[in-house]
Amino acid sequence: MPHVLTRSLDRSATVFLLVVAAVGVLIPLSNLLLPAGSIFQVPTYLVALFGKYVCYAILALSIDLIWGYCGILSLGHGAFFALGGYAMGMYLMRQIGSRGVYGNPILPDFMVFLNYPKLPWYWHGFDMFWFAALMVLLVPGLLAFGFGWLAFRSRVTGVYLSIITQAMTYALLLAFFRNDFGFGGNNGLTDFKDILGFNVQADGTRAALFLLSCLALIMAFLICRAVVTSKLGKVLIAIRDAESRTRFLGYRVESYKLFVFTLSACMAGVAGALYVPQVGIINPGEFAPGNSIEAVIWVAVGGRGTLIGAALGAVVVNYAKTVFTSGPLAPYWLFMLGALFILVTLLLPKGIIGTFNAWWEPWKAQRISANAESAAREDGVSEPNPAE
Amino acid sequence: MLANVARNFRALPFAILLIFATVLPAMAGPFEDAVGKFANDEYSDTEEAVGVLAIGGNPLAYTIISALQDGRLMADPDSKKVYVSQPDGKNIDAATGAAVDTIPDSAAAVRLNNRLRRTVEAALGGLTLLSPDPAKRIQAAQSVFKTHDETMLPVVDGALAKETNKGAKLAFTEARAAILLFKPDATDVEKLEAIATIKTRGDQEALALLTGLTGDQSPAIVGAAANATASIQRSLALWSTVQNAWYGLSLGSVLLLAAIGLAITFGVMGVINMAHGEMVMIGAYVTFVVQETIRTRYPQLFDYSLLMAVPLAFIVAGAIGILIERSIIRFLYGRPLETLLATWGLSLVLQQAVRTMFGPTNREVGNPSWMSGAFEIGQITITYNRLWILCFTLAVFAILLAMLRYTALGLEMRAVTQNRRMAASMGIATSRVDALTFGLGSGIAGIAGVALSQIDNVSPNLGQSYIIDSFMVVVFGGVGNLWGTLVGAFTLGIANKFLEPVAGAVLGKIAILVLIILFIQKRPRGLFALKGRAVEA
Repeated sequence: MPHVLTRSLDRSATVFLLVVAAVGVLIPLSNLLLPAGSIFQVPTYLVALFGKYVCYAILALSIDLIWGYCGILSLGHGAFFALGGYAMGMYLMRQIGSRGVYGNPILPDFMVFLNYPKLPWYWHGFDMFWFAALMVLLVPGLLAFGFGWLAFRSRVTGVYLSIITQAMTYALLLAFFRNDFGFGGNNGLTDFKDILGFNVQADGTRAALFLLSCLALIMAFLICRAVVTSKLGKVLIAIRDAESRTRFLGYRVESYKLFVFTLSACMAGVAGALYVPQVGIINPGEFAPGNSIEAVIWVAVGGRGTLIGAALGAVVVNYAKTVFTSGPLAPYWLFMLGALFILVTLLLPKGIIGTFNAWWEPWKAQRISANAESAAREDGVSEPNPAE
Repeated sequence: MLANVARNFRALPFAILLIFATVLPAMAGPFEDAVGKFANDEYSDTEEAVGVLAIGGNPLAYTIISALQDGRLMADPDSKKVYVSQPDGKNIDAATGAAVDTIPDSAAAVRLNNRLRRTVEAALGGLTLLSPDPAKRIQAAQSVFKTHDETMLPVVDGALAKETNKGAKLAFTEARAAILLFKPDATDVEKLEAIATIKTRGDQEALALLTGLTGDQSPAIVGAAANATASIQRSLALWSTVQNAWYGLSLGSVLLLAAIGLAITFGVMGVINMAHGEMVMIGAYVTFVVQETIRTRYPQLFDYSLLMAVPLAFIVAGAIGILIERSIIRFLYGRPLETLLATWGLSLVLQQAVRTMFGPTNREVGNPSWMSGAFEIGQITITYNRLWILCFTLAVFAILLAMLRYTALGLEMRAVTQNRRMAASMGIATSRVDALTFGLGSGIAGIAGVALSQIDNVSPNLGQSYIIDSFMVVVFGGVGNLWGTLVGAFTLGIANKFLEPVAGAVLGKIAILVLIILFIQKRPRGLFALKGRAVEA
């Protein structure tokens, strides 16, 4: 198994993984070991913030896997992210126990408030971590499987698929806003206390969650690499570039799409599950169509079809968002974001990494022998086809 | 000028009242005696006086008794004169209705106790039945219908005998029927007649009245009441279907209006324009600006504000659309997913720009007088603004259809859509046609904004709430076919409104979205799909 995951690594992927691992170890260490006030000490709120970025990076990876390599533009990936987050949120709610405002040992506060007679059936089992963790994978995975099975089988492609995925997350948004839907309605789930017995507010827990998020990012990256460099990955790229031709060559296009779409949804679910304890709240706003499209632009900024670019784009855009929205420039953030959408698609269609590669590759080719050049071509990163 | 006439009309009832007041009570009679009794300021005298006034039919009676209720009836024990201090600050002599400059200092308000207050209320209720304003009479009759108070029977009978207004007459007849139905000593014949009258009325209140009929009734009455109840329920169910259908048509027209521009840009050109909703929003803000200008400079033109806003919104939104096409979209032809992202970004920019210029809160856009109000057909109420929007939508649709079919630009548009390279070889300036087509779609979105400003909040988020619905309409109806958009919009609108009472507003909407997602599985290209080569192009 480790062999399958690691054999696909080239030099840039290795560098990326090392950087993520280093960040994942160094930031928690600096937060915990150095004295507060030292310039090298990372304050806890920053650890949580960076943890959020890492979760977004996982979400971006999951989008890049389907968009960059299979041409499926999902505008509803925020829904899978949020579903994973809700599954984790439900576990965290059950952990509060009788420490809630109303002190009910079974029912979370909002259910007491809304006069629920007993726990709804779909809340059972979420007091066990393993069950919640399973649901984090299963719920987004099953939704993606069902949705994809319907959509891909009837050959809904391109913008049609984008629009119905957007409608899907919109429908979920409306549903989760309802109080009688059983997920806290407008306010969502919050006021978490413990995760696996550790206080979610504690520095140690935050640091551990950050480390876990980095590990999850590494795992997600390895899985994505393994998929896209395998034979399966080649078929995916073929589907992206010429779907009909691939189908005529005898491949079951819908099965490939369905597999990669479901896998991607599970990854998004994990990202959401790691996101919730670090942010401390999950509410229906996460289902907003705007969020999903924003996640797509992270991938576009970093460079679709590069994986590293997706993660990089998520961190860069979100860092910019933090800087802009917390300062006096806040009213201009939406201008910036909007301009980013327009400029990236018009001027930088390959994204940061893609453009960098376009400059770097010819220069490298001059210096390195023809042998190295052919190796570079084999690494599976091919030009995204603009048509679909 | 117009406003002056309107002001005169508003003063009319008051003027009539004054004329009556000065002409009628010239001679001393029971009315004057009764009014004089208020001056004693004894509870028994006051009650007696109220009783006389209530049945006397003097036009001043209402003024006096309502003044008594509000503590504005002033009595002077020295001169035995009674005055009414009007809410507008003027004073009149209660006995004659003549204007009085000042009320003597010795005058004090006539006192009331709780028992008297009830008498006063009952008297006022009876008096409004005799009010000179037919609308007030009808209203009073309706409230009698609901309370079916037996003591009102003589007043209702009296009013009915004198009544000439058709609507008021009907209301009195119904009120009388309601009273008789619940009157213990009414004969069966009277009661059967009453049931028949109430059955003809046939609304929710009639139903409530009939189901409220209990006690010891003869079998004939019980049977007739049950029959009438069933018949009313049937007709109410029918009306509620009609009502839902109307709501559905109304929602459908709104959806069609929002989606019709999208049907051009997405359906005809194949360009995904996520900023379409923002064009609608811009149209709504154009209406706001036009109305503000009119309000401050030419208030008498307010009723024409929408007529002026329509072409302006078309031009502004269309110009912005052409600008967008020339500066962004033309570089992205053939790359629909990128177009989608770029136009989404554009929508963020436009929203934020409007938010910066006009503020994030809702802006008030008024209804011109010809669009406000409502009328009733049977049991349903139709508001004029919804009706106008439906007509307007159909007109826009027809004009657009005619434009595509009969004008040179329409011909060129269809040619470019069907085969761009062939059209270019025939000498059509395809890039110019692209720009104009996109401008047309955006302009129509702007017009939609004018209409939607009448029924929705004008805020920077206006467009966002329509974009998903509009896409659903276009996708459901089939891309590249305006008729598909029409059918799609009305189908979705009506389906939505019929699901709403069953499932609730939000669940109904979710159900519609799920149904569309399932529908797309069956017919991925929509209801009216293009066939042949155009499909994969």
